[in-house]
Amino acid sequence: MSEPGRGVHDMGGLPAGPVDRSEHDYALWEKRVDALLVLLSDKERRLLRVDELRRGIEQLGEAAYEDMTYYERWIASVTGNLLEKGILTSDELGRKMAEVEGRAAADPDGGS
Amino acid sequence: MSHDHDHAPPPDQDGPLSYYQVMETAVRELLIEKGILTADQVRATVEAMDARSPAIGARVVARAWTDPAFKDRLLADGSAACAELGVDMGPTHLVVVENSPQVHNVIVCTLCSCYPRFLLGLPPDWYKARAYRSRVVREPRTVLREFGTEIPEDVELRVHDSTADMRYMVLPLRPAGTEGWDEARLAELVTRDCMIGVTAPKSPPSH
Repeated sequence: MSEPGRGVHDMGGLPAGPVDRSEHDYALWEKRVDALLVLLSDKERRLLRVDELRRGIEQLGEAAYEDMTYYERWIASVTGNLLEKGILTSDELGRKMAEVEGRAAADPDGGS
Repeated sequence: MSHDHDHAPPPDQDGPLSYYQVMETAVRELLIEKGILTADQVRATVEAMDARSPAIGARVVARAWTDPAFKDRLLADGSAACAELGVDMGPTHLVVVENSPQVHNVIVCTLCSCYPRFLLGLPPDWYKARAYRSRVVREPRTVLREFGTEIPEDVELRVHDSTADMRYMVLPLRPAGTEGWDEARLAELVTRDCMIGVTAPKSPPSH
């Protein structure tokens, strides 16, 4: 557990194991998550700032650091921010996610 | 030795989409339907991401090694000097920290994963992981040893913690035995990891 006043993301100086130097190439969906942030935060749109992304990730809590991958935390935060700002509603997000899942089930080889 | 590591391929999409993959597709399609962004813009942004690699940073380092006036400008205002080479840092402020025989620099983002992506591409997994972020500020010599890098005790080791608005890049020491080399040849010695500061540049091949 972290000490009082220290957020779970604030890990500088804490004990940890050896560095695992293995790397993976990013999947297309991960790059798309990154692209969504880049576009939403660009000069044309200014709908989301990097510090808002980070605040959203920090709010996911300690379990998110253990159970979710990097870009899973990002899309969770991007989506949470868009809902908070009213750019998306939870109703339309729920409907769209069901639609995407239905499409994938009907055509498992199809692109998402 | 080479600093390229084996890259595991992205997992095949044989199984069903994960919950967060579904979320990404749903959010992207909703934003497109609302006219906030277009599918072409998403594609172009991913392509730009794929086009960025440590070769860009290597070009900046090689220029600094061969052009002292450029090096001075790079250390004074990293973003402006990179713009001279056509590298747009976007809104982030770049601070270049120079290694010397007395000082070795290494960069980290303890709070998240801030990284000079305009110069190096997307960060390696370990840069974003707990072990590196937690330990490199507390026991940098030990962490660097895990990368095969031994920093003598009489060399000062400086660790720089990045922020969302400001990024660091390490200007490594030019390897000995490269006198008279041109920029393109020098750039081939400059690896991603030596611009993060966890290794030294490649050595020139010995004769």
